[in-house]
Amino acid sequence: MNRHLLGLEYCSREEIESIIQTGFSFKEVLSRPIPKVPTLRGKTIVNLFFENSTRTRISFELAQKRLSADTVNFSVAGSSVAKGESLRDTIRNIEAMKIDMVVVRHKSPGVPCFLTECTDAVIINAGDGLHEHPTQGLLDIMTLQEKLGSVEGLKVVIVGDILHSRVARSNIYGLQKLGAKVALCGPPTLIPVKAEQWGVEIFYDIGDAIRWGDVLNILRIQLERQSAGLFPSRREYTQRFGVTLEKLRRVDKEITIMHPGPINRGLELEHDLADSEFSVILDQVTNGVALRMAVLYLKSGVPAQE
Amino acid sequence: MKEFKAKKQNEILIKGARLLDPGSKLDKVADMLLRQGKIAGIGQGFPSENADVLDVGGCVVFPGFFDLHAHLREPGFEDQETIASGCAAAIAGGFTGLCTMPDTEPVTDTRGVVEFIQRAAEKTMVDISPAAAITKDCCGAELAEMAELVQAGAVAFSDAPHSLANAGLLRHALDYACMFKVPVIDVCEHAGLAGDGLMHEGAMSTRLGMRGIPGIAEDIIISRDLHLAEYTGAAMHLAKISTKRAVELIRDAKKRGVKVTCDVTPHHCLLAEESLAHYNTDFKVKPPLRTVADREALIKGLRDGTIDAIATDHTPHSPEEKQVEILAAPFGTTGLETAFSALYSGLVQSGRLPLEILLQKISVAPRKILHLTVPALREGAPANFSIWDLQAQRQVTADSFYSRSRNSIFLNDTLQGVIKAVCNKGQIWQA
Repeated sequence: MNRHLLGLEYCSREEIESIIQTGFSFKEVLSRPIPKVPTLRGKTIVNLFFENSTRTRISFELAQKRLSADTVNFSVAGSSVAKGESLRDTIRNIEAMKIDMVVVRHKSPGVPCFLTECTDAVIINAGDGLHEHPTQGLLDIMTLQEKLGSVEGLKVVIVGDILHSRVARSNIYGLQKLGAKVALCGPPTLIPVKAEQWGVEIFYDIGDAIRWGDVLNILRIQLERQSAGLFPSRREYTQRFGVTLEKLRRVDKEITIMHPGPINRGLELEHDLADSEFSVILDQVTNGVALRMAVLYLKSGVPAQE
Repeated sequence: MKEFKAKKQNEILIKGARLLDPGSKLDKVADMLLRQGKIAGIGQGFPSENADVLDVGGCVVFPGFFDLHAHLREPGFEDQETIASGCAAAIAGGFTGLCTMPDTEPVTDTRGVVEFIQRAAEKTMVDISPAAAITKDCCGAELAEMAELVQAGAVAFSDAPHSLANAGLLRHALDYACMFKVPVIDVCEHAGLAGDGLMHEGAMSTRLGMRGIPGIAEDIIISRDLHLAEYTGAAMHLAKISTKRAVELIRDAKKRGVKVTCDVTPHHCLLAEESLAHYNTDFKVKPPLRTVADREALIKGLRDGTIDAIATDHTPHSPEEKQVEILAAPFGTTGLETAFSALYSGLVQSGRLPLEILLQKISVAPRKILHLTVPALREGAPANFSIWDLQAQRQVTADSFYSRSRNSIFLNDTLQGVIKAVCNKGQIWQA
């Protein structure tokens, strides 16, 4: 098992399975009357968020609290980063305060990898630029396993802005390592060059993708991509790639809908669909806490107790 | 940063080295007597009583190298490099001459800045030939006062590190430059296609989650520039080419008789995109490291004469700037101190590039492009050469640089070929 969690590209199938299995054990803990264990008592974790994040940060924080770890939150506003301190100095200063783990999010790809060279602490990637968001990939797989059993042979379509998505990359690596088939669906301008290196199917129409797949993992469309000339209008995007109940009803099978959030209701996903029986979006959020507890526990170096 | 110390040459006897000067068709083991900064004799049995003897048996003497593309940072960015430290780095790499790029602060677009650089260079062992900006402040809008800049000593025009985006203005610059014997140097990158890319666009950039700079960002500007060179008949030099397609386009243009020359950096001949797998910012350069196929095409282009010269694109950056996340790090690597030994290790030793061709590309061709005198190992010629122990190796370490910066793409590599001494401008430096 890797010491850090930098990305699912670097994880073996065994490591992924072990984390998810541990995630299910922690999910059981979360259903108890007192959903808290002393597992990481005495461990200090820094949440280093250089990029705005609400749900991922809260999910990590909650996971840390449930494990009884001591946590410190570092966000860009009001920190020395805003005063021009370099990332290396920031991390060395924080490390000098004796910490065990760092959960980091940054807009630059490779920052978690860079931090492993600056500190002895364990690094958990909470999203690095367009590169990876491994805990999201893991919690997506956990949610699919929970609903559908194994993901082996499952057909998962990732829909939307693949080019700018770290969630897409982590999903591709994680799902494929566990034997799922992955397809991408979006306008060619939002599919990265040489995406075929991943051995994925590519669809340019959501109808084709729905006919092919069992699961749609729908990514958030950032409206600034439209002004950058990557697609002509919100209206045209929704017509061609938006997921609607009517499009889902055209096929005679059960489709599962996922979304890493936050959702643009009415753009990539029809208004009520997120709340429908197709959706496992809130399960993803619940599982996120359990899965992150599993990651923190397994990477903490604390020996197993049972 | 190492301290640089040169001394005035008295009478010096260089003993026992192999003298290699393809320009003079010279390749023999002989002694060389220097007197008053000139080569007084080449042969055997010179009296040694009055001379400082430099016994360099087993070493090789090459005419001094010339770098077509060096960012020396002064005036303006003296924390990264000064003319003095850049020249020390040049000498430590065997370069006795170099052409400075105009991206100083203020930009090298007036007589004052050209003269400032020349005055600072007088105190060094290096012959500096400044390139001046094509456009005022390198803004790409209005031509700089080119005639006066030539009169002040500018040997070329360039808006490096950027390409001149306005093709109409570049055409005027080329036409106007026909009055003087100076080339216009363009750095070939289409800003719109390059966008905010960090590395070569391809399978690797997609996997690493880094925005890409496609090869066509270069190819399109190369095509444009070749058309402009052909149409105007002016001397156009294309800097730091990096793609297979660029080599092909230039090869075809030269066959048609277009007056164009080009250069390539050592790192583009030796490295490829894979080097970025761990997000090491020392490998973040422009143009980006391309694919292995591109790299091989560049080497072929050097061999068949399509690529005229080697240029280091020496681009110093302070550790504070470079040791940051890859998104924020500036592009560029230093190059003067590693160019020859990196190419010797990577291409000559493996038999992929004859030593004579390397010397031609790093010493003769760059000066010819700028219409400068080419140094020679010949009686009566100024003593302008470097002495190398090609049997020895050295490791490139952070404390081994004369440059103020240590952002070397070859950091921690072991390179074949260790410099022993350099002579130029009546001075000698010994390692």
